[in-house]
Amino acid sequence: MIAVELRKLFRRPRTWATIAVLNALPVLVAVLVRLTDLVPRPGEGPPFLSAVLTNGSLFPLAALAIVLPLFLPIAVAVVAGDSVAGEAQAGTLRYLLVRPAGRTLLLVAKLVAVVAFVLVTVLVVAAVGYVVGTTLFDAQPLTAATGGTSVSGTGLTQQELVGRTLTAIGYVVVSMLGVAAFGLFFSTLTDSPLAAALGALAVLVASSLLFTLDAASPIAPYLPTRYWLAFVDLFRDPILWRDVVRGLALQGVYVGVLLAAAWANFTTKDVTS
Amino acid sequence: MTSVVRTRGLVKRYGRLRAVDGIDLDVRAGDVYGFLGANGSGKTTTVRMLLGLVLPTSGEVELLGERMPRAARRVLPRVGALVEGPAAYGHLSGRANLALFDAAGPGGPRRTRRRRVEEVLEQVGLGGIDRRPVRAYSLGMRQRLGLAAALLRRPELLVLDEPTNGLDPQGITEIRELLLDLHRGGTTVFLSSHLLAEVEQLCTRVGVLDRGRLVLQDELATLTAPTGATVVHTPAADRVPAVLDGRVVAVDGSRVVVRGADPAEVNALLVGAGVPVTGLALQRPSLEEVVLAAAGSSLDRVEVHR
Ligand SMILES: Nc1ncnc2c1ncn2[C@@H]1O[C@H](COP(=O)(O)OP(=O)(O)OP(=O)(O)O)[C@@H](O)[C@H]1O
Ligand SMILES: [Mg+2]
Repeated sequence: MIAVELRKLFRRPRTWATIAVLNALPVLVAVLVRLTDLVPRPGEGPPFLSAVLTNGSLFPLAALAIVLPLFLPIAVAVVAGDSVAGEAQAGTLRYLLVRPAGRTLLLVAKLVAVVAFVLVTVLVVAAVGYVVGTTLFDAQPLTAATGGTSVSGTGLTQQELVGRTLTAIGYVVVSMLGVAAFGLFFSTLTDSPLAAALGALAVLVASSLLFTLDAASPIAPYLPTRYWLAFVDLFRDPILWRDVVRGLALQGVYVGVLLAAAWANFTTKDVTS
Repeated sequence: MTSVVRTRGLVKRYGRLRAVDGIDLDVRAGDVYGFLGANGSGKTTTVRMLLGLVLPTSGEVELLGERMPRAARRVLPRVGALVEGPAAYGHLSGRANLALFDAAGPGGPRRTRRRRVEEVLEQVGLGGIDRRPVRAYSLGMRQRLGLAAALLRRPELLVLDEPTNGLDPQGITEIRELLLDLHRGGTTVFLSSHLLAEVEQLCTRVGVLDRGRLVLQDELATLTAPTGATVVHTPAADRVPAVLDGRVVAVDGSRVVVRGADPAEVNALLVGAGVPVTGLALQRPSLEEVVLAAAGSSLDRVEVHR
């Protein structure tokens, strides 16, 4: 069943179109930066972008930071929102269930497929970012001696840099799992994939908006988008673990609660689509 | 005889509406069961409950001797179903669709998948289908593909909700032949329909649903058994009452209904009295008459006030 869902997702032209579009923005940014040599000053604009002029191998991080606020969550929300509601709308859900693909197993398979999509998307963005960054900009030969530069200004060895980049990718994946959980939950509530995706996005937009509002500060620590950019902290020296850990815990709670709700709803629901 | 589909006091409520209202279905092994009902009488809702898609408000469902939806994992691989129209992934070919559905559940060995897919495509008349995506199929082709998916596991029980929707007359005949063929091979067929003619030509047993209630359930042969009267066609209808004193039930133009279940005897009396007889038959009620009498309202229509 899981293999079937993975096959369905990755044989679908739309999946790859989404990933392609997602990569277009960082590539465009890279080309513009290359042509104009203008970068935001450190601390403004997307993190890491200021650093790429001196070290192109930091561009994967910049690329992730560019797609993280909007593009990536939209893509994840669309795919997750489509997972169950899309089958319901097409009418294939009832035929899967009478095959029978057990409801719990189907939900797990959908979840695995969405997680795989998140992983593949983030890795492709990072990989394309690396290729673009190292071809367009001066890629300093990352020897153990030179390494990279942390956000705090101290040097990082290549080993450290690679390790931290992988950790950051993992962190972004976990952040997106929260979005996926919202999408999957809404997807079991409605028969319209559009409504499910918009529902998940509405949550994220509301969360980002509340985050900027002083009046909402009492609930700020619990907003799902609160710690998304905490992966930048991984590149400080020493690493600032506090927000990263909180971010992981918060996403864990959201994912757990939403998946439980999705399961409870889906396994007891009348399939009348 | 063993029951293949059995329900007891099956009820489904949607808010205040009782879509299915306490029905006791009994479909036996080897039946071709016609499940008749007007639009909105609850056929699809019942079928969904049989298959565990919709959970009953109360009552029990037994499929192939096991409780649904509890035993779905054991029972459903032995059941083929078509519920309210076919559905498929539009961007994939018919073959890819069948292979995906087969792989999505237990009990469809991968080794034989390709062969089984070809076989069922052949059976439903899609043997020569190319690699076109299903998006480009006509309605009738989709319906056939849906049937093919239902047949993929060589099911013991076929549950079909309006299987001939969207087919041309020739297609309908083909599907009827296919179902009769499967039936001869031992498959039990549960067929919901609002087409009386289809059910009359195909089914051995009939259940009639009227606004959620099962108002009739019996063998087709019993329902349309001779009434004990004989129908006589004669150009001299006015002379019949004089010959068959007191036995004439109704006169309608040249058609006379006479009490007595022996057409030969009626014929002899009439001919003996010099009344010309052009047609002679035992009277049998048509399924339509039986259903209308039981359901009490016209089929294929939703009442305005409910
Ligand atoms: N999900 C639902 N929510 C509310 N009411 C429903 C739902 N599904 C069906 N109904 C109602 O239940 C009744 C029975 O519907 P059902 O689809 O079972 O009829 P049907 O016999 O299959 O009709 P048709 O011949 O038109 O297919 C209808 O009055 C319908 O409006
Ligand atoms: Mg129906």
